[in-house]
Amino acid sequence: MTTNEALINYSLRLGDSSLILGQRMAEWCSNGPILEEDIAMTNLSLDLIGQARMMLTYAGKLEGNGKSEDDLAYGREEREFYNTLLSERPNGHFGETVVRNFLHDAFFYHLYDSLKNSKDEMFAAHAAKSIKEVSYHLRHSSEWLVRLGDGTEESHTKVQESLNDLWEYTGDLFEMNQVDEILIKESIAVDLNDVKKEWDKTINAVLKRAILNRPEDAYMHSGRLNAIHSEYLGHMIAEMQFLQRAYPNAEW
Amino acid sequence: MEDAKKLEKFQAKIDAEIKIEPKDWMPEDYRKHLQRQISQHAHSEVIGMQPEGNWIGRAPSLRAKVVLLAKIQDEAGHGQYLYSAAETLGKSRDEYIADLQSGKAKYSSIFNYPTLTWADMGAVGWLVDGAAIVNQVSLQRTSYGPYARAMVRICKEESFHQRQGYEIMATMANGAPKQKAMAQDALNRFWWPSIMMFGPHDADSPNTGNAVKWKIKRETNDDLRQKFIDKTVGQAEIIGLAIPDPDLKWNEARGHYDFGEMDWDEFWRVVKGNGPCNKQRIRHHKKAHQEGTWVREAANAYAKKQKHLVA
Repeated sequence: MTTNEALINYSLRLGDSSLILGQRMAEWCSNGPILEEDIAMTNLSLDLIGQARMMLTYAGKLEGNGKSEDDLAYGREEREFYNTLLSERPNGHFGETVVRNFLHDAFFYHLYDSLKNSKDEMFAAHAAKSIKEVSYHLRHSSEWLVRLGDGTEESHTKVQESLNDLWEYTGDLFEMNQVDEILIKESIAVDLNDVKKEWDKTINAVLKRAILNRPEDAYMHSGRLNAIHSEYLGHMIAEMQFLQRAYPNAEW
Repeated sequence: MEDAKKLEKFQAKIDAEIKIEPKDWMPEDYRKHLQRQISQHAHSEVIGMQPEGNWIGRAPSLRAKVVLLAKIQDEAGHGQYLYSAAETLGKSRDEYIADLQSGKAKYSSIFNYPTLTWADMGAVGWLVDGAAIVNQVSLQRTSYGPYARAMVRICKEESFHQRQGYEIMATMANGAPKQKAMAQDALNRFWWPSIMMFGPHDADSPNTGNAVKWKIKRETNDDLRQKFIDKTVGQAEIIGLAIPDPDLKWNEARGHYDFGEMDWDEFWRVVKGNGPCNKQRIRHHKKAHQEGTWVREAANAYAKKQKHLVA
């Protein structure tokens, strides 16, 4: 594998995770528990799709065959998406979304915090820009997690259950392969073992405030690195790509 | 006697173009009229998120997705400050929402029509927001201060939305034949409901009452409708789409377009609840509200605990 191939894959990982989480957040539109959350959640979605555009454009540029952000978002199939398994988990109830986002936001936050020192200028710029957005995403999900964890008995039970259910998708966030190896050597990528240590600290601190129990690490799903997904992703992509597939080459 | 004097003072203020503010005395009918109108406006922004939200997942490019998301976010924001303006009239957002869900309060009937193709995102922006702007520009001069100020802010954003909608229509109208057909179809479906957004003819408008005298309403339904039609016809021509009205023609003497009669049976039918999506929209709103109950309860319980800690 060449460095360029590794870079392409790494950009797709970043871009796809933002895109898919952004697509999920957009599903909340008009479904929020209060109007203020409708505003907040569309805003999260906006940030995430913006981040995805930057990385997909970069991936297209690295591929060098003239592919645009849209070619990559709308022209690939399920087995070519490198997003985290966590990002494609269904929204469920509001608390479940909060838990999923919290786990993912903390991951993005610490990832970008390191990646902003990347030797690759695009990654460094992307991380520096995104961390500003992601730090308020993390604040938003953390504050809600504390409210729900320390709210009523019902809310506490609900988010603890969501946390227990979603925990097994957190291992996938930190898996690495040859792509990471090549790029870490060149000080381009981030060692996810280091990110995991910071992630652990954030998770533990917020869970403590939310009076929630951190689940034991048991079975962990894996698949992101090989583009092996849950059944949910295919449906998301089918919806997302409908017009582009029905009218190939049309301008919108 | 007291009230007659107050009423006289109130009318003098209105006549002198001095804004009425929340703490000022106002006739009960003025308050009621505004509560109804502003909350209806807020509900329209909120219910309007549904037909547009219907296409975020399927937006045909990432840019289009971002633009649509930003628009819907703006609309939720409009809902938020319109509810705030309505709350200054002594009724809470919860009470207004309860009226929406019980069917006591209305929202703009246009949102009871479905968005069936991507071109509908263009038509909604171009026509629905276009019609809304004509009305809202006029409301920037309305006599109630908080409402007038909300309108100033909202108008700025709405004109963006209208341009974005028109851009979608223009791109599709200049695209492949199927895209152009989609754009024309959207115009055909949204034209009449859009011009009916201005409400019944002035002679048949039940809520006008003192609204003109109190300067809540600055221009009549028919005048506003005419303005909208006059500015929209040319826009359709530029992108090669045909307005679905055989009676539409320029009247040199009037300096306006003449246009055909609207289907008022349809208008009243939809207002009364029998449009394509009335039940769906309210059911959706209630469902989201009910599913959020435990979240709101938890947030309140948490806030209470924090208060105790501070005290």
